[in-house]
Amino acid sequence: MSYILEVMDLTQVYSAGTPFERMALDHVSLQVKKGEILGIIGHTGSGKSTLIQHLNGLLKPTSGEVLLDGKSIWNEKGKCDKNTRFRVGLVFQYPEYQLFEETIAKDIAFGPSNMGLSESEINDRVREAMAFVGLDDSMRDISPFALSGGQKRRVAIAGIIAMRPDVLVLDEPTAGLDPAGRDEIFEQILQYHKQSGATILFVTHSMEDAAKMSDRMLVMNHAKIMLIGTPKEVFSHTDEIIKAGLDIPEITKVMLELKNRGFDVDTSVFTVKDAIKALNAYKEGKLC
Amino acid sequence: MLKDITLGQFFPGNSIVHRTDPRVKIVIVIAMIVSLLLASGVFSYALMAIYLLLIIAVSKVHFKMVVRGLKPIVTIVIITAILNIFYTAGDVIWQWGFLHITKQGIYAAIEMVVRIMLLIIGTSMLTYTTSPIDLTEGLERLMSPLKKIHVPVHELAMVMSIALRFIPTLIEETEKIISAQKARGADFETGSILKRAKAMVPILVPLFISSIRRAEELATAMECRLYRGDVGRTRMKQLKICSVDYISIGVSIIVFACTIILGRFGL
Repeated sequence: MSYILEVMDLTQVYSAGTPFERMALDHVSLQVKKGEILGIIGHTGSGKSTLIQHLNGLLKPTSGEVLLDGKSIWNEKGKCDKNTRFRVGLVFQYPEYQLFEETIAKDIAFGPSNMGLSESEINDRVREAMAFVGLDDSMRDISPFALSGGQKRRVAIAGIIAMRPDVLVLDEPTAGLDPAGRDEIFEQILQYHKQSGATILFVTHSMEDAAKMSDRMLVMNHAKIMLIGTPKEVFSHTDEIIKAGLDIPEITKVMLELKNRGFDVDTSVFTVKDAIKALNAYKEGKLC
Repeated sequence: MLKDITLGQFFPGNSIVHRTDPRVKIVIVIAMIVSLLLASGVFSYALMAIYLLLIIAVSKVHFKMVVRGLKPIVTIVIITAILNIFYTAGDVIWQWGFLHITKQGIYAAIEMVVRIMLLIIGTSMLTYTTSPIDLTEGLERLMSPLKKIHVPVHELAMVMSIALRFIPTLIEETEKIISAQKARGADFETGSILKRAKAMVPILVPLFISSIRRAEELATAMECRLYRGDVGRTRMKQLKICSVDYISIGVSIIVFACTIILGRFGL
């Protein structure tokens, strides 16, 4: 298995040497497999947003390294390789506030034109990206400021997808959206994942979303990685997750409560389907 | 980068300096500026320097922060010093072509540098130890007599406190937008001046839009709480002159009076 992104012993200290000094990342190491979907969970201030800004070189490590395809993204002169930004596409939280162009198409084209692509190539990519996020081609020449909040967000995500990043990183892509809007955005991200084979990293506050979407989950706490593994592995540590003050999926809570009341069921499930399976298994085990 | 701006920065604390009434502090700073301009001679400046060091020590503001506040004026100080050294008439002690340095010039240069630095330290101690809210409230109360001649004192103070309140928010917002555009490959550092100016558009447009949005939200929030200006508005925190203020006033009057008297004799 090859790793597309490797974070090695990364430490980030903010405002060093002032009374406001704060450690945002504390010797974090992490390997991201090519083509996987990794959900990142943690409290506000646990270092998630800092971590993802290191992945495309927006922040410079206080110490430690970030490797993309085995090569450090920072060269000996202390400069970040420009292609990193295009290969690791980062969608910020509330990305709709970064829109600035007169038309949707022009705004989506900002990233690709910074890559120095030809006009026809840019055009193709804009069309493709708009299709990915479910914006009709007839909307090309509308001002992005005339759109609703949810549509603006899609334009902003399309602006990153148009760079065709190998790694797509999203910081709370569904914050502030209604359930329907949330499902749609996740659906489109999965679609991009399926068609392009890109690696996806996304930050979320919802354990349910993380469990449902990701191949592996990363739980951050106090600037460190607390847990990493498949959702099943992660939810076999429910005690630690609850102790860290994070929520667990409702169905996992039900199973835990059952166990508390003396039913010896599997508590590492996180979907209703698996829960039914686990309950059936318990029932059969009892009967025999 | 933008975080280095110390303008209007406030360091919370509970010292005598922090607890002194903002009105008193503003008046003391004005008196300090006047006495600094009237000072002349080593002893009067030394007295002011000791007075300011005492304030820094008592307020427990980090000395590093005070020095950092001086950074932006380094160029002005250097230019002032050079102008004073070369353009003051008097006893020539060094000459090269049309350039000449006089004894009086060196003295004048040192005096100007010390004076500017003390002025900046003194005024920044006011903002370091007074929260923006206290500061504007102090200003409003001090200027309230002007209301009689229909100067909109309350409105001006409100505008100022809102502006101060939003400086950190806007800095944070700007940094976020810069990062977001950098993530799309925007380049702000290379190219000609024209190219770099053009590169500012993706930052400025979102920043203006979000500022206007914030202003609208704030206006709605204020109206929801029935804000209708100065008339009939009461205060949660009443400013009152108490013993701390008398200590501050007393010490300051003694120091300023001595400085001015020493200055009169050119000591």
